[in-house]
Amino acid sequence: MASFNPVMAVLLIPICTAALLAALPGYRLTARLNVVASLATFVSALSLFVIDRPPPGPYVLIDDLNIVFIVLNTFVGFTTSIFSASYIAHELETGRLTPVYLRFYHAMFQTMMFGMNLAFVSNNIGLMWVAVEIATLTTVLMVGIYRTHAALEAAWKYFILGSVGIALALFGTILVYMAARPVVGEGQDGMIWTLLIQHAAKFDPALLNVAFIFLFLGYGTKVGLAPLHAWLPDAHAEGPTPISAVLSGLLLNVALYALLRFKILLAANPAAISPGPLMVTMGLVSVVFAAFMLYRRRDIKRLFAYSSIEHMGIIVFAFGMGGPLANFAGLLHMVMHSLTKSAIFYAVGHISQIKGTQRISRIRGLTVTHPALGWGLVVGVVAIAGLPPLGIFMSEFLVVSSTFARQPLLAIVLVFGLLLAFGALTLRLTTVAFGAPRGSTASAEASYVPMFAHLALVLGAGIYLPAPLVLWFQHVAQLLG
Amino acid sequence: MQMHSLAFDISHTLAGGLVLISFMMLYQDRLYSLLNVFALHALVLALSVAWQAYVQDAPHLYVTAVIALVFKAIVIPVALHRIVKQLGIHRDIESAVGIGPTMLAGMGLVALSMVLMLRVTADADPLAREDLAFALSVVLLGLLVMVTRRNAVSQVVGFMSLENGLVLAATGAKGMPLVVEISVAFSILIAFIVIGIFLFRIRERFDSVDVSALDDFRGERR
Repeated sequence: MASFNPVMAVLLIPICTAALLAALPGYRLTARLNVVASLATFVSALSLFVIDRPPPGPYVLIDDLNIVFIVLNTFVGFTTSIFSASYIAHELETGRLTPVYLRFYHAMFQTMMFGMNLAFVSNNIGLMWVAVEIATLTTVLMVGIYRTHAALEAAWKYFILGSVGIALALFGTILVYMAARPVVGEGQDGMIWTLLIQHAAKFDPALLNVAFIFLFLGYGTKVGLAPLHAWLPDAHAEGPTPISAVLSGLLLNVALYALLRFKILLAANPAAISPGPLMVTMGLVSVVFAAFMLYRRRDIKRLFAYSSIEHMGIIVFAFGMGGPLANFAGLLHMVMHSLTKSAIFYAVGHISQIKGTQRISRIRGLTVTHPALGWGLVVGVVAIAGLPPLGIFMSEFLVVSSTFARQPLLAIVLVFGLLLAFGALTLRLTTVAFGAPRGSTASAEASYVPMFAHLALVLGAGIYLPAPLVLWFQHVAQLLG
Repeated sequence: MQMHSLAFDISHTLAGGLVLISFMMLYQDRLYSLLNVFALHALVLALSVAWQAYVQDAPHLYVTAVIALVFKAIVIPVALHRIVKQLGIHRDIESAVGIGPTMLAGMGLVALSMVLMLRVTADADPLAREDLAFALSVVLLGLLVMVTRRNAVSQVVGFMSLENGLVLAATGAKGMPLVVEISVAFSILIAFIVIGIFLFRIRERFDSVDVSALDDFRGERR
């Protein structure tokens, strides 16, 4: 087993599969291959826990922080590939996707997984930027895959805003290199994160500050923070639902991860500004703004897209507050949100296929007509709204209580936002899930396993978090400062 | 010393030229002339990068310069010309804001980036800091083109000029690795946009980006 390199595996499996999927015809074979490859990637990611880590090289870094992200990423990627198989089968039947586009879709799915994994393992801030760009491009193409007017509109908007965000992030990256050059030296070394962090204390603080502003705006656009979020709801609503699930569950995390890396870098320089207040402000604005916006949604995928903005706001807020407890809560919330939100999108995907619409007003009484999907959605929404005993309740409780201890005023604003969002979600849930059925009652050929697996994990985490996991998260929370 | 200051002056002139051409983009009201100005922008960028390659003795930057010249100064403008002709897009550019306010905003942005960058990089070597200030100006002016123009082709042109600013910044940062890779990645990005326009033929996009029309698609208008 000495020759088995899990890092190369999580990169090579997706990219090779992508090439293969682009070449192979037929739905059955390719959908299965997609699932198998995603499973293999997930297993390789898991093996990072047991196999000795490679020492940080010029391009690749594995540490306690990114293992969490990689494992979560590959796991949700794997369950999404199962969901996607049954979702896509329906899309082929109804003719929304042609076989050519199916090949394209599968190849892009794996390329996206490659891009995200590369962003997580890269130790080079330039390489990380390139990887985020790859992941963005592939999702842009998938958002526009239905080629309806609305889908192209959404893809264009996502593309333009995403590119501007990524351009600002690149400018920030160049500035970090400029700050590092006098200390670390010219060339490659000035972009290696592990070297940067060692010498960060000696960097020019003014340059580092400006760099962080650019990075924050750039990657913040991709996280979907409030004034920069405009692309997010459209991209979620118009693309295929598996893509909405990975957008919310994974791609936002990739940008968040990039942001956290640079936050750690800034924290290592005592003279630089503290990134905390900036993150806290944007986080709070996102929470409150998204909570208000939830009330006016008529489209079910858009509803949950705004809920993602709200939750990314909470996470960024928690990391902005900093300290072991808030970081722990932020990390836990990120994991719980990824699992819950993708489970919700799995349910919503099947529901909108059965009903033939995404309009909330045309979906009624799901628990009567489709008990499994309906109750799955109920549990998911209860979880995302933050009710006990599910995992999100615990992480939100930790965020709020740690904030109350330090900044009671901020905590009040946060709680206000949370309650608003809770109200909006329950309002919509009651109309969608209960009452007299409306719309098609055709039976569903759905894959329930991914959805219920995620929900079971979220429920399990809410009731009992295993001690090793808590220790791991505490350790990572300390790394985050 | 004499040689150094000549090198400095030339790269200064080229970078300043880029800012000036960015300004020229702000007041073009015809698509074809906008594309021509962009080709000029890319040409000056290629010269600037080539000059940096010579001054810094960094042969890999010549690759970046050639990419800028072939791809951005020739291939893309020609392709966009053909798209405009074939799709019969309106050749007048509808702008969301008048030329006067746009130019004023542009001057404000350039002043802002000069003040910000020169103050922040007080310790860096003069060539790099002024290069960086010019680069940020080009980036911000590119953004301005994108927000003040309504049709897709001119938004793409705005984005490409923004990107030229980034390449200028990256080449100005002496010894920065991955410059070539980044310029390739960006070129792919642009190719995607152009192909996207061409294949998807989002013709409606070219005439207007009417936000109220977007609301209809969302099904969220009351």
